Amino acid sequence: MSALLEIRGLRGGYGQVEVLRGVDLTVQAGETVALLGSNGAGKSTLNNVVCGIYPAWAGTVHFDGKDLSRAHYREVVKAGLIQVPEGRKVFPNLTVLENLELGSFTRARERRAANLDKVFAIFPRLKERLAQLAGTMSGGEQQMLAIGRGLMAEPRLLILDEPSLGLSPLLVDEMFGLIRQLREGGLAVLLVEQNVGQSLEIADRAYVMENGAIRFSGTPDELLGSDELRRAYLGL
Amino acid sequence: MFDSGILFPSLINGLTTGAVYALIALGLTLIYGVLHIINFAHGAALMVALYAVYLLKERFGIDPYLALPLVVPGMFVLGYALQRLIINRASHGKDENILLVTLGLSIVMENAALLFFKSDTRTIETAYTLTTVAIGPAMIALPKLVAFAGALLVSGLLLWIVGKTDLGRAIRAVAKEKHGAKLMGIDVDHVYAMSFGIGLACLGAAACFLLPAYYVNPQVGGGFVLVAFTVVVLGGMGSFVGALLGGLLIGVVESLGGLYLGESLGQIGIFAIFIAVLLFRPQGLFGAKA
Ligand SMILES: Nc1ncnc2c1ncn2[C@@H]1O[C@H](COP(=O)(O)OP(=O)(O)OP(=O)(O)O)[C@@H](O)[C@H]1O
Ligand SMILES: [Mg+2]
Repeated sequence: MSALLEIRGLRGGYGQVEVLRGVDLTVQAGETVALLGSNGAGKSTLNNVVCGIYPAWAGTVHFDGKDLSRAHYREVVKAGLIQVPEGRKVFPNLTVLENLELGSFTRARERRAANLDKVFAIFPRLKERLAQLAGTMSGGEQQMLAIGRGLMAEPRLLILDEPSLGLSPLLVDEMFGLIRQLREGGLAVLLVEQNVGQSLEIADRAYVMENGAIRFSGTPDELLGSDELRRAYLGL
Repeated sequence: MFDSGILFPSLINGLTTGAVYALIALGLTLIYGVLHIINFAHGAALMVALYAVYLLKERFGIDPYLALPLVVPGMFVLGYALQRLIINRASHGKDENILLVTLGLSIVMENAALLFFKSDTRTIETAYTLTTVAIGPAMIALPKLVAFAGALLVSGLLLWIVGKTDLGRAIRAVAKEKHGAKLMGIDVDHVYAMSFGIGLACLGAAACFLLPAYYVNPQVGGGFVLVAFTVVVLGGMGSFVGALLGGLLIGVVESLGGLYLGESLGQIGIFAIFIAVLLFRPQGLFGAKA
């Protein structure tokens, strides 16, 4: 059986500057995969090239049997590859409800009402604030909204780029609880995190990215079991 | 002082003009709100729409109101294509380039009009041009009343699209958060072009409502775009309801100004308001504090 997401030799960057230097990465259906790496390693760039925001210079991206290597970002969303970006990127001038509604702009629009109920079941706090402008919400609330908006598209794979960034310790725990919940529901998750410990606890597999290429891939136990790897890549 | 026998008709007249101003300003607001630029080609595009209405009447005998289903979609397609094929490509995403491109487009359009129509001012004759309707003590020209109702109707339709439809939500989303919009699969280039298209479609409607009581020449857009720009500032740059109210207000100010100061000075009130708003309330009369 082929992987849900299969990235091969992906290169890309900004202008003349190459950031991704041949990235290989796979995610199987239902798998939770952690993508770790220091600041500036190229994790967010990888997400955005995979999602069609920036063009891939070389390499291939296959998702759910489709070739998305040069696909428009709309096609990526249509296929069910949904990214919750670093920094939330909610629509600040729209209400909570409108943000969620736009989550199903491209995909699963006909099941919008049912999916709204599902999102409210996961995030009851959002339901209390339907008419509030997203820009006036707290950072934690905005992060929930961003994830809720992503779930409205019925993702086959959800990319979460630093979902715990800027959250208080209590909310970070809540966030990882949520990811666990999504995983138990059978959703495949590619989790980009600085929070190495908690990420490795819930991940099936992990990748470590360094300077635009994958330096390690394996199980969390392998990564944590090797002193050398831990020191070199995780600073633990 | 003037008694209400003069004041009232002047007020009504001002409101009828103001509704058309509002419609023109709403188009400008839509384009400004999403593309973050002042569309310098707005006045020229209105002029093109007026000539389209004029030609449809003179060549094919199509009544200006019946021309709505032709001119509105026509202007929409023109706007969509201009944004997608010229403005977007020539500007490489830089705001100052877009400004220059729209300025260039307006020059091209005005000179094309000069070439084809000379600088003559043209009007059309319809059966109802001189028909008046009594509203209380005021006798108002029928075309002005139609323009008032029509412009308000189209404005309401636009507010509904922007406020209540998925396209409208996408337009507002793209205006503030492009990256987030792309990740929801919202095609940003398409939304830009739709906004420009709808903005120009408003001008198409305005032209159909204007021409029976107005005229067209190659420079006709200039005056409107200045007024529309004032309305946009007054309404709080990018606020749709603000543009609607601002348009009505400006129409009344112009009309009453004409009454008290004389026809040629009527517009002075507009620019006094414009400068006063910029000085004392830059967020606009109806805008929220920035
Ligand atoms: N829009 C951009 N234009 C130019 N360079 C960029 C842009 N975005 C990122 N970069 C550069 O690309 C490199 C990789 O950045 P990226 O955001 O992908 O790293 P990251 O692994 O996500 O880091 P972090 O953990 O801090 O989020 C960095 O050197 C960054 O400066
Ligand atoms: Mg990042």
